[in-house]
Amino acid sequence: MNKLISAFVVGIIFGIGLTIAQMVNPAKVLSFLDLAGNWDPSLAFVMGGAAGVAAIGYRLVWRRPQPLFEGAFQIPTRTDLDARLIIGGGLFGIGWGIGGLCPGPALATLALGYSEGVIFVLAMFAGFGLFELYDRSRPRPAAGTA
Amino acid sequence: MENFTPYSALIGGGLIGLSAVLFMLMHGRIAGISGIAGGLVMPVAGDWQWRLAFVLGIIAGPLVYTGLGGQLPAISFPVSTPIGLIAAGLLVGFGTRLGGGCTSGHGVCGISRLSVRSLVATGAFMFTGFATVFVIRHLIGG
Repeated sequence: MNKLISAFVVGIIFGIGLTIAQMVNPAKVLSFLDLAGNWDPSLAFVMGGAAGVAAIGYRLVWRRPQPLFEGAFQIPTRTDLDARLIIGGGLFGIGWGIGGLCPGPALATLALGYSEGVIFVLAMFAGFGLFELYDRSRPRPAAGTA
Repeated sequence: MENFTPYSALIGGGLIGLSAVLFMLMHGRIAGISGIAGGLVMPVAGDWQWRLAFVLGIIAGPLVYTGLGGQLPAISFPVSTPIGLIAAGLLVGFGTRLGGGCTSGHGVCGISRLSVRSLVATGAFMFTGFATVFVIRHLIGG
């Protein structure tokens, strides 16, 4: 139960961060991606702020032998660069550039009453499902997370 | 650059980073939204509940923020046609899973760990994101 409550609360903090950073506004995300237009560098500050806090915080957390609710840390260890990583990232960027939404902010718009966000999230989950079908049809090493 | 909001960006980003750190502290995992949400599609017994709780938390986040007295930012969808949204959603869903992460898992958590894979993936989605907007706004729409 603690595990579920903590995941919920951590998700809320993530959602509040996305809201304050205005990443829930696709127009703002697209104005970051529009280098040749009226460029808004805010998103770089969101990512920089988040990565900076995580860089310091992770190192403090990893001094512990294990996390609070699991037996061990599950940290990606792969270092190889494969086609899936680059093609997957590239496809994601095209979708991101069309709609101005990535997975976290898209979810954060769901309770705010925008049908656009709902349509996008349904299609995103269909995309997750297509990947599962593709992945099962090609027995290769699974794509590692992050 | 009149829309530039460095302070709210840093504060919001800091909270996203804090969330990632707390998630590592309690669950020992990378806070990658595409991986967490993608794991709900083919749920594994005993491994989907925390994923759902996290996703519901993200959905509730903006409501909690307004409940605490915060004001929602303006929200507008420059692409609002169903075909555009569906194409974008499919590409984001499939691409993030194929590439093993999105803006959070690769862009924030991976870069904070100096993961070479995450740096390369982030470079890839940033490049195609910039290129896509350039094509849509300045070649087709310009």
